[in-house]
Amino acid sequence: MPIEIQRDDVRRLVAGGAQLVDVLPAEEYEAEHIAGAVNLPLKELTREAAARLDRNRPVVVYCWDLQ
Amino acid sequence: MSPRAAWRLESLGFAEVYDYAAGEADWLAFGLPSEGSEAATPRADAVARRDVPTCALDDRLGDVKARVEATGWDECVVVNQAGVVLGRLRRPALDGDAGTPVDEVMESGPTTVRPDEALASLVPRLRDKGVGRILVTTPDGRLVGLVARDAAERALAEHGSTEEDHG
Repeated sequence: MPIEIQRDDVRRLVAGGAQLVDVLPAEEYEAEHIAGAVNLPLKELTREAAARLDRNRPVVVYCWDLQ
Repeated sequence: MSPRAAWRLESLGFAEVYDYAAGEADWLAFGLPSEGSEAATPRADAVARRDVPTCALDDRLGDVKARVEATGWDECVVVNQAGVVLGRLRRPALDGDAGTPVDEVMESGPTTVRPDEALASLVPRLRDKGVGRILVTTPDGRLVGLVARDAAERALAEHGSTEEDHG
């Protein structure tokens, strides 16, 4: 079950090697994203696309906000 | 959107998935680093003076005034132990009786903006309202610094000329 985390947790996890994933559309990612994040838009989140990520490392996903 | 992405990744076999639900809006509002074509947009955070003096509710005006003037400022931000902004102390209140506690004369609940507010929107608003300086706080109310309108105007003009140079 995915765990909801806060800003400080993100920093700690990323410093420890977690992968940070922006799930917004590519144009929004290109305009601005959290430093170090990769883009994997939700609408394109297929098994093939997810293969870009390392299954052995934690993954932190985010979009714009709670909505 | 991110909860669905988190669940989807889990369904694809990822064992350790976290959801930063507050997302990019929260991250930027705290002035944390970003990348991308719009990341260089000049924002309040970039021109906020971090050296604005601070004082506590129970400090006495005489002590505060001496400290403020020694640092070349003419105002002080009233914060609690967590750095949360409670008030602002400016003239003429700052020149009151030296023994008066700050709490009695400060301006309560001063207007603030977030660190990620674009100067392109902030500057015209400050001009329209005749505001010369505004405080910058994180969404949880902690002081980041103070933005002077003239500094924000200069930063905006410099950014504009840089854009033209690169255009």
